[in-house]
Amino acid sequence: MNYHWNWGVFLSRTPSGESTYLGWLLQGLWWTVALSLAAWALALLLGTIFGVLRTVPGRWLPGLGAAYVELFRNVPLLVQLFSWYFVMPELLPRAWGDAIKQLDPMLQQFLAAWVCLGTFTAARVAEQVRAGIGSLPRGQRAASLALGLTLPQAYRHVLLPMSFRIIVPPLTSEFLNVFKNSAVASTIGLIELSRQSQQLVDYTAQPYEAFIAVTVLYLLVNVVVMAGMRWVESRARVPGYIGSK
Amino acid sequence: MYDFDWSSIPGALPILATGALITLKITATAIVVGILWGTLLAVARMSGRPWLAWPAAAYVNLFRSVPLVMVILWFYLIVPQLLRRGLDIPASYDIRMASGLVAFALFESAYYSEIIRAGIQSVSRGQVSAALALGMTGGQAMRLVVLPQAFRNMVPLLLTQAIILFQDTSLVYVIGLADFFGAAYKVGDRDGRLVELLLFAGFLYFLACFGASVLVRRLQRRVAA
Repeated sequence: MNYHWNWGVFLSRTPSGESTYLGWLLQGLWWTVALSLAAWALALLLGTIFGVLRTVPGRWLPGLGAAYVELFRNVPLLVQLFSWYFVMPELLPRAWGDAIKQLDPMLQQFLAAWVCLGTFTAARVAEQVRAGIGSLPRGQRAASLALGLTLPQAYRHVLLPMSFRIIVPPLTSEFLNVFKNSAVASTIGLIELSRQSQQLVDYTAQPYEAFIAVTVLYLLVNVVVMAGMRWVESRARVPGYIGSK
Repeated sequence: MYDFDWSSIPGALPILATGALITLKITATAIVVGILWGTLLAVARMSGRPWLAWPAAAYVNLFRSVPLVMVILWFYLIVPQLLRRGLDIPASYDIRMASGLVAFALFESAYYSEIIRAGIQSVSRGQVSAALALGMTGGQAMRLVVLPQAFRNMVPLLLTQAIILFQDTSLVYVIGLADFFGAAYKVGDRDGRLVELLLFAGFLYFLACFGASVLVRRLQRRVAA
């Protein structure tokens, strides 16, 4: 084995001279984190809406919620991403599509990846929200309505706050998945963390260092998110449930 | 409004079928290896012997913390170069299929191992005690008593994971392997009909996965009953 390890390569300047390879790595990390957090916010919003829809009385609204979940869970993430990036601008009214195509390419990639990851993850969040609401005793809904709350009020003040506190652990793993899934954005050219590993291989010819560094950064993100969510979990625990001590 | 032109799809069917075959090959390999290797990992992790449990836990946690895209790239760009030094593989040999197979098999094992571990934990402790009281060794109790019951409970989850895996195989796109999705993309790109080919591929994926998940749900109800 005659490979020359050179960890110092990260401190050397990139060809353009304005950054180091470490700078590139951190830039990739920044895009990964920004994309994932933005997508997570969208996923929580849409996921709550569609999860609630699945639990309201009637036929049409639960059906709509179920259709959303089935559609976004049964098409591969990559196909969804390419559809948002390549197909959507063509299907929109021409003026809109043209407006999108004139945006900065990086922004186009980011928008497509954001909407894609957000809507994809929302289907998973919706399932958790539905399960959380379903796990509440039936009496909570009945009692809220008997107290004179309207159905939206019952969801806002009683059912959703309770179910969110219950579903923190499964949401944690969905949150971790967003970061991992964000690597798919590299396929449409967004230079996030996983794409930087390839770029560093091309530029530095030090493939092992580049791949190890990127993998370690992903592990680090994982650890940080898990620690953060553990804190949220301990704060959100509902007294009297088995999970709470 | 966009003018749809679906005419390039009929001629592309043979290419798409070749791609679908690659998709199925990777899926099937990853399921079989994943369940076998995943079972070993799960049993090792629960063996109570630190020198077995610790590496198994590290393996599972490592693979579960890294994006699949990265794992595929590792096994395409990095690992073969290491092996090439050791094993003297000719540089002209196309390693993409082998890389894809190995990456998916090892990656999915970590996920299967977690499902199997949960399945084993769902078997009541009394079963192990009874088996040991009957004179079985620990290995026999695991093989003849615990695992058969665990697998029975796990079938729906294992199948659900298989559907996810089937969808994820499209990610071999990153190493330029033309699975079903890659083939559809290639044809769409060649004919300037990306919109139609992507919608067509998405529709077929949806049909296959939705159909399979309906079947799994039916099975789940029967297992639960």
